[in-house]
Amino acid sequence: MIIKTVKQTAWFFVVPVVLLVAFNALIPLMTVVNYAFQETFGDNVFFWEGLTWFEQVLNSDRFHDAFLRQIMFTSIILLIEVPLGIVIALSMPRKGPWVSVCLVLMALPLLIPWNVVGAMWNIFALPDIGLLGYTLNSIGIDYNFTQQPVSAWITTILMDVWHWTSLVVLLAYAGLSAIPEAYYQAAKIDGASRWAVFKWIQLPKMKRVLTIAILLRFMDSFMIYTELIVLTGGGPGNSTTLLSIDLVKLALGQFDLGPAAAMSLIYFFIVLLICWVFYTLMMKNEQQ
Amino acid sequence: MAKITLQNIQHSYLSDPKTDFDFALKHIDVVFEDGGAYALLGPSGCGKTTLLGIVSGLISPTSGRVLFDEQNVTHVDTIHRHIAQVFQFPVIYDTMTVFDNLAFPLRNRKVPEPDIKTRVLEVARMLDLEEGIHQRAASLTVDGKQKISLGRGLVREDVNVMMFDEPLTVIDQNMKWELRSKLKELHQNVRTTMIYVTHDQTEALTFADKVFVMYEGKVVQFGTPVELFEKPGHTFVGYFIGSPGMNILPCQISEEKVEFSGLPVKCDNQTKNLLGIQDGVMTTEIGVRPEYIRFANQGIPVKIRRVDDLGRHQLVHTEHEQHDIKLICPEDTPIPDGSAHIEFDAEHTFLYVNQWLASEDNSI
Amino acid sequence: MSIELKNITKVVDGIIHIYPTNLHLRDKEFNVLLGATLSGKTTLLRLMAGLEKPSSGEVWFSGKNVTHVSVQHRNIAMVYQEFINYPNFSVFDNIASPLKVAGKTPDEIKQHVGEIAELLKLSKYLDRDVASLSGGQQQRIALARALVKQASLVLLDEPLANLDYKLREQLREELPRLFAESGSTVVYATSEPEEALMLSGHIATLYEGEIIQYGKTTDIYRRPANLASAKIFSHPPINITKVVKSKSRITLPGVADWPCPEVFQDHIDGEYILGIRPHHLSLKNLEQSEKHIRISGNVQLAEISGSASLIHLRINENDWISESGGIHPYSIGETINVYMNLDGCLYFDHDGKAIH
Repeated sequence: MIIKTVKQTAWFFVVPVVLLVAFNALIPLMTVVNYAFQETFGDNVFFWEGLTWFEQVLNSDRFHDAFLRQIMFTSIILLIEVPLGIVIALSMPRKGPWVSVCLVLMALPLLIPWNVVGAMWNIFALPDIGLLGYTLNSIGIDYNFTQQPVSAWITTILMDVWHWTSLVVLLAYAGLSAIPEAYYQAAKIDGASRWAVFKWIQLPKMKRVLTIAILLRFMDSFMIYTELIVLTGGGPGNSTTLLSIDLVKLALGQFDLGPAAAMSLIYFFIVLLICWVFYTLMMKNEQQ
Repeated sequence: MAKITLQNIQHSYLSDPKTDFDFALKHIDVVFEDGGAYALLGPSGCGKTTLLGIVSGLISPTSGRVLFDEQNVTHVDTIHRHIAQVFQFPVIYDTMTVFDNLAFPLRNRKVPEPDIKTRVLEVARMLDLEEGIHQRAASLTVDGKQKISLGRGLVREDVNVMMFDEPLTVIDQNMKWELRSKLKELHQNVRTTMIYVTHDQTEALTFADKVFVMYEGKVVQFGTPVELFEKPGHTFVGYFIGSPGMNILPCQISEEKVEFSGLPVKCDNQTKNLLGIQDGVMTTEIGVRPEYIRFANQGIPVKIRRVDDLGRHQLVHTEHEQHDIKLICPEDTPIPDGSAHIEFDAEHTFLYVNQWLASEDNSI
Repeated sequence: MSIELKNITKVVDGIIHIYPTNLHLRDKEFNVLLGATLSGKTTLLRLMAGLEKPSSGEVWFSGKNVTHVSVQHRNIAMVYQEFINYPNFSVFDNIASPLKVAGKTPDEIKQHVGEIAELLKLSKYLDRDVASLSGGQQQRIALARALVKQASLVLLDEPLANLDYKLREQLREELPRLFAESGSTVVYATSEPEEALMLSGHIATLYEGEIIQYGKTTDIYRRPANLASAKIFSHPPINITKVVKSKSRITLPGVADWPCPEVFQDHIDGEYILGIRPHHLSLKNLEQSEKHIRISGNVQLAEISGSASLIHLRINENDWISESGGIHPYSIGETINVYMNLDGCLYFDHDGKAIH
C-alpha cells in the first residue's frame, strides 16, 4: 500500500479563479472608488475631493427624481408580475402533454436578447406603423409613447411584464409541483374551498420560491437598462430616466466622472442593502 | 357512522384492461361493519391502497358498487362521503396554529365558533396536544404533526369512516408504539369504523380486530389475528404472517392420505373429502409453522444445516431431500447434531390445494 | 484482513463524535456494530473506510498503518442504507463496474457477474434497467457489487433498513453465508438487536460514540457487561427496575421476592438494578416450576407481531413488557398473570456494572 500525505497543491488550482475575480470585479470597482473620491482633469492628475461628490449626488434633484422613478417602476412591476405570475402558474396543467407545451411557451420571452425585446416593443408600439400603437390610435385612444410620458410608462411596464412575468410563473409553478397530492386530498376531506386551499396550502408552500422570485425581479428591475434605452432612451424628456440610464447620461453624456462614480457606489449600496434586508428576512422565516 | 359494503369491485389503471393481469383489484367483496377496527394488510402492489382510494372516493372503480349503509355512493364525491383520512406523511397546514388546524374542517363546515372551541379542546385532550395548542403547527415533531392529521378527522361528528394509509411510516421507532396504542385506545373510546392500511404485520395485527390480507389484487383471507396465525387460509398468509413464515412443502395425495416425500403426514383438514383433489393436476402442499414442529424419535428424517440463536428462542434450519424446513425451539433446548427426526403437530398442519386451504367441498 | 483501531477519536466542530476507541477485528470475521441512531456507527465505518480522518489515533489494516491512506487505495467495498446504483446502467453493468475498473477481461467479467447474480437471484434481471427494479432488487445489486469486488473489507451501513420485512428476513439469513464464502472481513452496522442476533458472529455495542462491549454475539447477549450494553442489545426494550438484596433474598418491592443467585451472594446488601428481557416474562403458565415467579399486571396494550405478542403491562408503578409466542389479543385494562424466569434475571450495581 502507498502511504500518502495530505498535500497543499490543491490551492494552486484556485489561483486562476482568484485572478479572474480580481480582473472582473475588484479592479474595476477600485477604479470607480478612485474616481468617486477625487477630481481629475486628465493626464492622470488627481485631486482629493473627499465626500464632495457624494454630497453633490445625494443633494441633487436629478438623483432624487431618478430614484423616485426607479422605486415607482420597481413597485409597479412587482405588484403586477408577482400576482399575475401566481395566477398563471395556478391555471397551468399539473400533468399531461400540455405541461411541456406551456413551459416552453412561458420560457420563450426569457430567451430573447434584451435589446431585441426593446426593439420589438419599440416597433410594436409605434403610433404610425406599430400594431399596438396603430390599433390604439385607430380606436380613438390618443397614444404616443415617444411624446407622452404616460404612454411611455405604460409601454415600458407592459414590456417588462411581458418579458419577465414568465420567470415568476416558472418559479411559482416549480413550487406548486412540489406539493404532494396528499395535501389536496386532505383539503378535500376537510371540506376546504378553492380559496382556502390557495391560502393555507399553495401560498405557504410557494413562499420560498416566491421570495426568490421577488428578490430576482427586484434586483433586475433596479438594474434595467438595455430594453429601456432601446425603447424610450429615457424619454420623453426625463420621464422614463431610471437610475441606470441617468448614470450613463451622467458618466458618458456629460463626462462628470466624479459624480458618476459616486452615484455608482450609492446605487450599488442601495441594491446591496435591499438584498441584504430580503436575505435576512428570508433566513428568519426559514428558522421559524 | 355507517356500514360499508364493497360489491364485486374491480379496478384497473389501464383504460382498456383485458386479462386478469391488467387489474389492480380483482373481484373484491368485503363488508366493513359499523364501528369495527379493520386492517388491510399486504405487500406493496397488492392493491390495498387502491381499495382505500375506492372507499374514500378518490378513485372510481372500473366496475362494482360501493355502499355506505344501503346507499350507493359509487359515484359520490369524496367530500359527500364524510370520511376522514390520515396519510403516510403528516399533512398539516404549516402556517396555522395547532388549534386552527384542528378547527379547520369545522370552520369549513360553518360550525359556530363556540362549538368549535369545545370540540377542538376535547380532541386536543384526547391526543395530548393541549400543551402548545396555540403554537404554530409547523414547530411540532413529526409524531405531533401526525396526531394533528388524526385530530382533524376526530373533531368532525359526521365521519362515516376513518382511514389510515400507512400512518406510521415516517414515525420514529420508539414513538411508533405510543401512537399505535393511542390509536387502539381512541378506537375503544370513539367507536368510529376505522380502516388501517399497512404492509407491516405488527401494525395490522395490533390495531385491528379483523384483518383483510391482500395479495395480487385479491383478499386471500379475512379473519382475526389469531385465525391468521393459527389457520392461514392461503399459503401466502402463512408465508407473510409470522417471522419466519410457515413452512410450505409439496405433498402427494394417495388413497385419501397425505404424503410428504413418501412419508404420511396428518393434517388438521384432511378428514375432509380428499377424493375431489386431482393429484398432479392441482398443486397440493402442506403448511406448518416453525412453532409447531418438534424433534422426535421418529418421523421425518432431516439434516441440521444451521442453528440461529435468537436469544428468546433458537431457529433451526433443517433439510429433507432438498426441502428446507425451519423449526423454532425454546431457548435452552439442546439441538441434536448432524441429523435428527422431526414431527409436525397435526392440529397445526394444513393441506393446501392450489394455494388455498383445502375445504370440505374442495370447490376450488 | 484484520482491522485495528488504535485509540482513535473523532471531533467535529468541538463536538465529540467518537470517544477514544480501541477495537481489533480479526481477519475474515463477520462483525456487527450495534447501536441506536447517532451512536457513532456510521462514523466508525467511515473512519475504517478512510472517508474520514480520525482526529487522533491510528487505523491499521493487517499490521500496516493506513491512517493516511486514501479510500481508493484501501481495497474496501461499502453498501449504504439508500439503494445506491448507477441509474443509467443495466443490472449487469452495475455489478460489473468494479471489475471493469480493476481491468478484468470481458470473459472474466461475464463469468464473475454471472456467478454473483445467480447467488443473489438476479440472473433474470441482468439486462434490465436498474430504475425499473424494486427496492429489494436494487439493494441486492448494491450487495452484488460489493461481493464481486472481492474487497478485503466490506462495510455495510444498515443495508436492510429500507427493505420490507420479508425481504429483510431472507437477506439476514443469506448475508453471513455470502460473505463467509467471499473471504472478506465484514463490518455491518445496524440499530436492530434482532438483526444482530440473526447475523451472529462478533458484535460491538455502541452508545453515544463509545464502544461499550465487544465479543461473541451470543456471549454479549447473555452476559452484557453493563446496563448500557444490555439496553442496546434488547428489543423489545429490556424491563428495568430497582430491587433490594437482603441476605439471601431479593425483593421487588410490592411485587415479589425470591432467593438470591449464588454469584450474587457475596455482594453487600442494598439496592440493585434488575434487568429482565421481555421473553423472560412469559404468559405460559409455569407455576409448577420453582424457577418462575408469578406476577400480575394490568394490560396497557397487546402489541402483536406475526408470531409473537408483546403485552405492555403496568405492574406496581413499573411499565413492563412481556413477550410470548403466539397471538394473544388481550384488551386494554385486563388484569393478567405473567411468569418471570429467574434464570433470565440480570443484576447490575449502582454504576450499571453487571454482576455475573
